Amino acid sequence: MSRVPDKKITISAQALELDALNGLAHANQGETGAVVTFTGAVRATEEDNGLTGMTLEHYPGMTETQLAQILDDAARRWRLNRMIVVHRVGFLQPGEPIVFVATCSLHRKEAFAAAEFIMDYLKQKATFWKKEHFGSRAHWVEAKASDAEAAERW
Amino acid sequence: MKLKLVFFANFRELLDCAGENIEIKAGATVSDVCHQLAQKDGSWQAIFLNPSQSVKVAVNQQMSELNQTLLDGDEVAFFPPVTGG
Repeated sequence: MSRVPDKKITISAQALELDALNGLAHANQGETGAVVTFTGAVRATEEDNGLTGMTLEHYPGMTETQLAQILDDAARRWRLNRMIVVHRVGFLQPGEPIVFVATCSLHRKEAFAAAEFIMDYLKQKATFWKKEHFGSRAHWVEAKASDAEAAERW
Repeated sequence: MKLKLVFFANFRELLDCAGENIEIKAGATVSDVCHQLAQKDGSWQAIFLNPSQSVKVAVNQQMSELNQTLLDGDEVAFFPPVTGG
């Protein structure tokens, strides 16, 4: 595939519109045989110990540049028609989507691999920071070694 | 020369500062900036005196290292490891 993939990168303080994003991911004139989408959401299970919400901060300008670099990297590794990355900032309630990624390719293996690669790199490289709220208490989330390892395998 | 400093996440909160402009000698490195900031009290010293692996730095919005030489007008950002996604 020699064509340059369509790329959409959005950082949004508004709730993600998953129906519209899914519509965009699945727009297809026959060039795409496989669409993979991933949605990450704010978890508030028992293990999360009474989490009431999350604030996401980012480095405006740098974050968009890094996401573009990650998508360019993915485009060099796999034959992709389209890539979408949308990431929330601001305050999020439990269950709200944080991030949406879509990859469109001729075949499923490339779409799966690219989606996983984009998420692993995003978590390791993109300048976002999470603060967890537990009622009136809050703390900044610490980076996990497992996220670094996930990015290193590519 | 002049630099624009910016701080994010818990650094911004600990320092109670989102950013500031500083004057520093020409040819200074990121390490020199850390040394200058560590002259201030409390959290400034805790973060910038012998900065650990968990002090990340970007120069003009590209990831960088402590030994990076800076130019007049550079934007230097300090932040903890990222946790998005």
